[in-house]
Amino acid sequence: MVEGYSLRGRIFDAVVYLVLVVLALSCIAPFVHVVARSLSSYAAIQESSVFLWPVGFNVDNYEFLMTSDRLFVRTFLISVARVLAGVALTLAVTALTGYVLSRGDSLHIPGLGVFKFVMLFSMLFTGGLIPIFLAYKSLGLLDNFAVLVLPGALNVFYAIIMANFFRGLPMELSEAAFLDGANHSDVLFRIFVPVSLPALATIGVFAAVHHWNSWFDGIIFMRLNTKWPLQSYLYSRVTQQLLQNRDTIDPTQLQNMTPEGLTAAMIVMATLPITLVYPFAQRYFVTGLTLGSVKS
Amino acid sequence: MTTDQGSTIRARFVRPDRYRRTPKRPAFGVVWQQHWMLYAMLIPAALSLLLFHLYPLWGISIAFVKYNPVKGVLGSPFVGLEHFDRFFSGRLAFEIIRNTLIIAIGKTIVVQCIAIVFALILHDARIPILRRAVQSATTLPHFLSWVIIGGIMVQFLGSTGPLNQAGATMGLPRVNFLGNRTIFPLILILSETWKEFGWGAVIYLAALANINPNLHEAAAVDGAGRWARLWAVTIPGIMPIIALMSCLSLGGVLNAGFEQVLVLINSLVSETGEILDTYVYRVGLLEGQFSFAAAVGLFKSSVGFLLILLSYWLAERFANYRIF
Repeated sequence: MVEGYSLRGRIFDAVVYLVLVVLALSCIAPFVHVVARSLSSYAAIQESSVFLWPVGFNVDNYEFLMTSDRLFVRTFLISVARVLAGVALTLAVTALTGYVLSRGDSLHIPGLGVFKFVMLFSMLFTGGLIPIFLAYKSLGLLDNFAVLVLPGALNVFYAIIMANFFRGLPMELSEAAFLDGANHSDVLFRIFVPVSLPALATIGVFAAVHHWNSWFDGIIFMRLNTKWPLQSYLYSRVTQQLLQNRDTIDPTQLQNMTPEGLTAAMIVMATLPITLVYPFAQRYFVTGLTLGSVKS
Repeated sequence: MTTDQGSTIRARFVRPDRYRRTPKRPAFGVVWQQHWMLYAMLIPAALSLLLFHLYPLWGISIAFVKYNPVKGVLGSPFVGLEHFDRFFSGRLAFEIIRNTLIIAIGKTIVVQCIAIVFALILHDARIPILRRAVQSATTLPHFLSWVIIGGIMVQFLGSTGPLNQAGATMGLPRVNFLGNRTIFPLILILSETWKEFGWGAVIYLAALANINPNLHEAAAVDGAGRWARLWAVTIPGIMPIIALMSCLSLGGVLNAGFEQVLVLINSLVSETGEILDTYVYRVGLLEGQFSFAAAVGLFKSSVGFLLILLSYWLAERFANYRIF
């Protein structure tokens, strides 16, 4: 850092900044293009004259999605419901399990070793797609909203992070409460949870992103597309377009829109919620990485 | 206890606390009375493990029978390893395993290399606002699903997309990037890199921030230039993390990226793009050959399990890192 003021140092700095800016732009440009395309006119998309700025600006694609594409509105709402239910459930299970794991070591709770073993085993070995599909089918989870939130309720990784966070809290906090006659649920919900809100928020943001982004479970467990989350619907549109690989238009349905423009608008709508929580996710993601590293 | 090495070996294999703990352990009745609430708190997690992880394991047995959906697994005739035999004797097995390995290994190497170089460059940038902006831009794709990224790729790389359009104005022929089986694995590797290098750099940036600045200053005083310090201070400083990531990546050698391939694969590229996961999905759930697909899936998850254990062992042995 000493020779940074020499000419060579400055040229080096300039090259470094140039590389960084080019990398950052290459990550953003495709998104900008899709936004521009979603706001462009039918003719402009047909001539593929859209680059990073809308050509023939209009909001027809968005208007169509909101007013005429009932499946879009429906799947969007299902995704919102899924995120809310999924995050609430994940946080509850994570806090409860993390608490027991953080306490169990010092209390020598019988059976906890078996539980931990099963938990770690489940993280490393799964039955595979077919056994899982058949098992969930026999549990009556096909075409059932619960299949989108219940299987992800226990995330072993989150539970371990939470347990490590609880272990890092000062022992005096809980010991004073136990002396005053508090039980485990008092300690967890009145002391541990309130002081762990940043950790819970981190896990909540990650769970929300996960639930918003999941689509494969919708495709395999929901036979009716009216029960899909938004990204499953988007999947079916993207693969259709990939197969045709050329914009074929159904003129009876879409007077002034290309399927590409509509898909672009749908991609923007699916990306928007992520970009809204992104600043929070970003603030916490380094915390998330280091949170689990505190070991007892 | 005679030598250092002797005591380490003993510490690893003998667990003295196990013997010390036994007499102190209170009776179960006492524990239950005082701490029954802990068991109650564990019910949701235990139910979840039981229903969604342990119960499906029973379904693995379907891989060894000729499954009849009407009669169930127990009513179906037992065929032993016939499904495995059929898979491995076919030409497809070689092709699919080859694709899986090429794509997975290619991704690990390219993503990690770019992430390391990017972290080194970003660490050198001295304008805080620029650093933050670049990091925000490059990690954003990590938080989006492959459906969104795939949709963007179809639009961006399609025959009417801006890349082809720009090429056409320069007189280049239009290329069907997503329908060419020669370059399809490369497209998968590069798009994975584009999506994940920013996120992958986070861990290296943390390691870089932990390098003692005195080392840099001392080296600079000794006359080491930027380049010399990179090789003498910076690279050795992040080497433990590089070693750890290399060990752990072995566990994912059969995971070529199910969701990515499922979004981007099409009939034109299946020869070089079909991987174990997409094959199980296609043959099992789309074509209904449950038993055969379950056998292929069991092969994958068993080998994957062994690879993960091996990678954890390597990480402990060579990178001095304990997972559990």
